[in-house]
Amino acid sequence: MTVEIEARVAELVKPYAGKRSELIQALHRVQSELGHIPKAAQAVVAEALGVPPSQVTGVVSFYHFFRTAPAGQHTVRLCLGTACHVRGAERVLKAIQEELGVGLGATSADGMFTVEGVRCLGACGLAPVMMVDDEVYGRLDPKRVKRILREVGKDGG
Amino acid sequence: MKIARAHVLVGVDDEARLAGVDEVLAVLRGAIAELGLEGEVRVVETGTLGISGRGVAIAVYPDGVYYAGVTPADARTIAEEHLWKGRPVERLRLPTAAPVARPGEILGRQTRVVLANCGVIDPEEIDEYIAVGGYEALARAVTEMTPEAVIDEVKRSGLRGRGGAGFPTGVKWSAVRLASGPEKYVICNADEGEPGTFKDRLILEGDPHKLIEAMAIAAYAVGARTGIVYVRGEYKLSIARISRAIAQAREYGLLGPRILDTAFSFDIEVRPGAGAYVCGEETALIESLEGKRGWPRIRPPYPVTHGLWGKPTVVNNVETLANVPEILRRGAAWYRTLGTPTCPGTKVYTILGHVRFPGLVEVPMGTPLRTLVYELGGGLPEGRALKGLLIGGAAGAFLPPAALDVRMDFDSLAERAAVLGSGAILVMDETTCIVDMLGSVLRFFRHESCGQCVPCRAGTDALVRLMAALQAGEGGERILSQMVEIVDAMRLASLCPLGQSVALPVCTAVDGFRDEFLAHARGNPCPRCWANAHPREGAP
Ligand SMILES: Cc1cc2nc3c(=O)[nH]c(=O)nc-3n(C[C@H](O)[C@H](O)[C@H](O)COP(=O)(O)O)c2cc1C
Ligand code: SF4
Ligand code: FES
Repeated sequence: MTVEIEARVAELVKPYAGKRSELIQALHRVQSELGHIPKAAQAVVAEALGVPPSQVTGVVSFYHFFRTAPAGQHTVRLCLGTACHVRGAERVLKAIQEELGVGLGATSADGMFTVEGVRCLGACGLAPVMMVDDEVYGRLDPKRVKRILREVGKDGG
Repeated sequence: MKIARAHVLVGVDDEARLAGVDEVLAVLRGAIAELGLEGEVRVVETGTLGISGRGVAIAVYPDGVYYAGVTPADARTIAEEHLWKGRPVERLRLPTAAPVARPGEILGRQTRVVLANCGVIDPEEIDEYIAVGGYEALARAVTEMTPEAVIDEVKRSGLRGRGGAGFPTGVKWSAVRLASGPEKYVICNADEGEPGTFKDRLILEGDPHKLIEAMAIAAYAVGARTGIVYVRGEYKLSIARISRAIAQAREYGLLGPRILDTAFSFDIEVRPGAGAYVCGEETALIESLEGKRGWPRIRPPYPVTHGLWGKPTVVNNVETLANVPEILRRGAAWYRTLGTPTCPGTKVYTILGHVRFPGLVEVPMGTPLRTLVYELGGGLPEGRALKGLLIGGAAGAFLPPAALDVRMDFDSLAERAAVLGSGAILVMDETTCIVDMLGSVLRFFRHESCGQCVPCRAGTDALVRLMAALQAGEGGERILSQMVEIVDAMRLASLCPLGQSVALPVCTAVDGFRDEFLAHARGNPCPRCWANAHPREGAP
């Protein structure tokens, strides 16, 4: 398993070989393919780019976008920025909790959804806002958010 | 109950039926629902619109825009582009009926320099940008002007950085020009992360070529060959648009070696960020570009002499750069006719929260806050009263209604100890709890503190805990003085402006809304706070 991952990661980061400054892009690539950046992958990236493993670990933990554990099939990113907060993001969060049985930073029991709280998504005109994977959904209210989650769960299953 | 903001009239007749109007309607309604526009946009099936021989026809009112030959895929585009983002889809538009009414009216009060092309040209086509005078300024700069003359013009225009600090752009460029060494960089800061701000995204998506042109002009002025756009990782469409625009500019010889057959060579790379607010700070951004954690550097030295890879570097905000082509095209004297003597030009704002028309506007510097909120933002919804405003983003100031007459420019706000910041204007009605809002802001800072220095790391953590106690009605009045002590210490001892600036929201909230804070401290229950009294780990 680990060997397989290592081989795959080695292939993925080939274009970045020796390019220290492109560590973040290399990690973006690994995460977009594997869904997360496991420990084994970090060592391969370090080796390929020629940076110390501690730098890779440091970078992975510093940037909010990177994760070291697998997420659910879908990632729900609920905006907790000020413009969403003032328009009721907390109520939407409660609805998500009711619907999925988990809160921020957790994955639903069926492995379908990971819920994250994020900062302003730059779509504040539609507040409150969330992203499900790469889609933005705006003007949420508790009813609408439940409906969206049900629909995504249905066709993404 | 709600009054529709727009009506979409779909001509349904035999001809339209044959052309597949039913499917168009289904897609249109689906897209409207998906975008959450049901309450605002009403789809009306009407008889013929009087347009024949052109397939499915649609009219959008009050804009008075007509589309013809609409396919189901087009219907989706119309929903996303026109109904949601407010920019008519020119490709499908019929040349008829002048735009009128609400969106037009609001547009009428704006002065658009930076956003002049947004929603007007197709951002995916370089020819459209060129057709409205695009790349003229670059051509003039590289063929007729010396780099020094370009810098002089920018200096004379009085342009100041729109990324928050208001630093004179010409002075920055001139420092980089004069710094020694052959290798220099121009970085466009598109990491837009201030909560409640999306102006840079709209420029990137609506007029990417303007940014490319501006970066090339900056590079010519300072003597750089490499440019980098550091874009917020979440801005997928922005990344796609700017990348596409760069490729087109290369094809046209406007980027790459020997631009316009001169000795000037310059190219641009796009780098997506990875979700850290502090990377918007210029030295953290540079660290990030070097493949490291985004820890702000100790200054001096400044990036103008020791930036990316230790080389002289210009870092400019998207909106700052977007002013440059127009300044060169129409001259510094023209630019100075806009705005105030010390802050010439326009400013783009995002007006959000409890207003009738939330969104993006561009007006001259020095426009009173009241005009922005009540005329451009449409004021508060019927029957609601204003409680306060948060101006400038999370690191901004909470202002009471009495501050509405302040003029919005760097200097007038500084007089009130407030900042223009990112240009975010968050309007809060009387149902808002300011204590609760400050709690949200402080959770944001705790989450985004990079942890490099103790005053900020420990300070933001302590503030969140104190706020939680306050919101839970525990702790008493001394919490307020404790909070002020902490932010004072942070202002003096933090390493970068993130930690230093937390004092602004805290002090302005506590001073301006003291009664509300005292009520909380005395344990009076506040229904808006209880739900939020529990600090959630890992949440901004
Ligand atoms: C915490 C923090 C976040 C910042 N975020 C941004 C940002 O997202 N975009 C930006 O242009 N400037 C941001 N800045 C300001 C930059 O450090 C820098 O001043 C700016 O990019 C300079 O460009 P200008 O002179 O064109 O304004 C931030 C500053 C701090 C302290
Ligand atoms: S002030 Fe905060 S964000 Fe800035 S360097 Fe210190 S810990 Fe990091
Ligand atoms: S505050 Fe939520 S999208 Fe901006």
